Amino acid sequence: MADTTAQNGSEPWGPKPRKRFSRKNIMLYGTLLMVSIYYALPLYVMIVTSLKGMPEIRMGNVFGPPMEITFEPWVKAWAEACTGINCDGLSRGFWNSVRILVPSVILSIAVASVNGYALANWKFKGADVFFTILILGAFIPYQVMIYPIVILLRELGLYGGLWGLVLVHTIFGMPILTLLFRNYFTAMPEELFKAARVDGAGFWGIYFRIMLPMSLPIFVVAMILQVTGIWNDFLFGVIYTKPDLYPMTVQLNNIVNSVQGVKEYNVNMAATLLTGLVPLVIYFASGKLFVRGIAAGAVKG
Amino acid sequence: MAIAEIQGQSTEDVRPPVRLFRNLNAKIASIPMIMTAVFVFIGCTVWTIVHSFTKSRLLPKLDFVGLDQYERLWGTRRWLVSIENLAIYGICSLVLSLVIGFTLAALLDRKIRFENTFRTILLYPFALSFIVTGLVWQWILNPDFGIQSVVRGWGWESFTFDPLYNPDIVIFGILIAGIWQGSGFIMVVMLAGLRGIDEEIWKAARVDGIPTWKTYIFVVIPMMRPVFVTALVLITSGIVKVYDLVVAQTSGGPGIASEVPAKYVYDKMFQAQNLGQGFAASTMMLLSVVIILIPWAYLEFGGKKRG
Repeated sequence: MADTTAQNGSEPWGPKPRKRFSRKNIMLYGTLLMVSIYYALPLYVMIVTSLKGMPEIRMGNVFGPPMEITFEPWVKAWAEACTGINCDGLSRGFWNSVRILVPSVILSIAVASVNGYALANWKFKGADVFFTILILGAFIPYQVMIYPIVILLRELGLYGGLWGLVLVHTIFGMPILTLLFRNYFTAMPEELFKAARVDGAGFWGIYFRIMLPMSLPIFVVAMILQVTGIWNDFLFGVIYTKPDLYPMTVQLNNIVNSVQGVKEYNVNMAATLLTGLVPLVIYFASGKLFVRGIAAGAVKG
Repeated sequence: MAIAEIQGQSTEDVRPPVRLFRNLNAKIASIPMIMTAVFVFIGCTVWTIVHSFTKSRLLPKLDFVGLDQYERLWGTRRWLVSIENLAIYGICSLVLSLVIGFTLAALLDRKIRFENTFRTILLYPFALSFIVTGLVWQWILNPDFGIQSVVRGWGWESFTFDPLYNPDIVIFGILIAGIWQGSGFIMVVMLAGLRGIDEEIWKAARVDGIPTWKTYIFVVIPMMRPVFVTALVLITSGIVKVYDLVVAQTSGGPGIASEVPAKYVYDKMFQAQNLGQGFAASTMMLLSVVIILIPWAYLEFGGKKRG
């Protein structure tokens, strides 16, 4: 009898609970809190600066909250900020980026997933040689390849246009995405593939009816990886497109770092925040999947 | 239906199949990969290396001049400054990323509450582009409005902190932004490595009465060697490419104090119309990556084959 009452909780049992406010814990959480503040500070500064008027910025403190909140800098950054002779704001760059992003993401994922599937399930002689070259190629600095690619694109008649840039994103997205898909498809049970073969399904049949529906998570991971990567690209955008097709990052840099005129720091920060908004939304919305996507690059193939 | 198809296939197989057409669909699916590997990664790289030995200026020409471009490259002050900057930036960011990344990962691994919240905050800069990163830090480090003016406002009138306007320390201003952007990523890699350490090791260390910090340094870190090597490769391949951050934060200034090799290449190729110099400089970048990569590939893949 006495034993059962002890089990029911009148006596302490189970592992000894750790003290919540030990000196060690205060140190631990204190350090993490300080570091978090340091990491969060730039985002906070961007937000408060973009909500202040210019007189308030000249007076004071970058870290102080705005006394009078104004959304004018946002409107100005979006619709009126000037790059060169164009004064239609960042909206142009935003839509350019969208127009680059959508076909690039679709094409690169389509190509890489089919390729990864072929490498995982339909290996042919010599496939590994090309795959190794592809993976090693990911380490070659882009600067080595950018000029010959300009020539290639010019020969194809794609230089300066949207599709040339889409092609470049597809090419340079290929190593990491192919690795991602190949590893995922290799880890899928082989019986599935064999059963489909016995039922007479061919290369494309198995891909579309079995592999594709069963690997939606990895497609989401690939999409997160590509959307943030392509949206954040600067180098390819500035090299392979003409000024009226510049993606948002390039236009942002031109707006903020242009030498003419009075510097309007609040408009600059609003523009910066606008450009960072797309990857930030994806990051905060996707959570663990984002981590999985970037970790995929770290896992050795 | 299915049986008929299989039978149809087996009768086809009686003929000696043409090797090239076997598994044809997979080969078709791999065409983009083969083209990329052969024409872009090998073709374009070889093309650039070959042209780095020519005196191409506005247009690429096959006028070979031997090592002239390289001699001129190493005689150019701007290139030397770029290399020096890259070396300082590279070593500091390597050490700091590894130390900060590992420390943060170890702190997060202490079974704490709100782990997800902390991780989310520490990793968000990695989602931002280098352009955004550079511009934010340009604003925070602005001497008239940023940190310097805030500290002066507190009454410390002589306080000076203007890394972006001081040629001697400008590269550290860029380093601050670079570390802020990238260390969260290294932390995630390290955290994944720490989670892979067997719980029994911790128990054994606790039974033996070894302090936590000693366990980390003498047991856990040696066990995490592969993770450190991976992190090392990730950081270095990122360092060589550093370009957008400098463009956004300083445009290479003041003067040429914060130039980096990637920017040198771009400027020579697309602005100065001096292609030969651009090719020679980019070949040097490739060479540095190869020097870093070969020992790693040897350790990673050479070791695996033996074992």
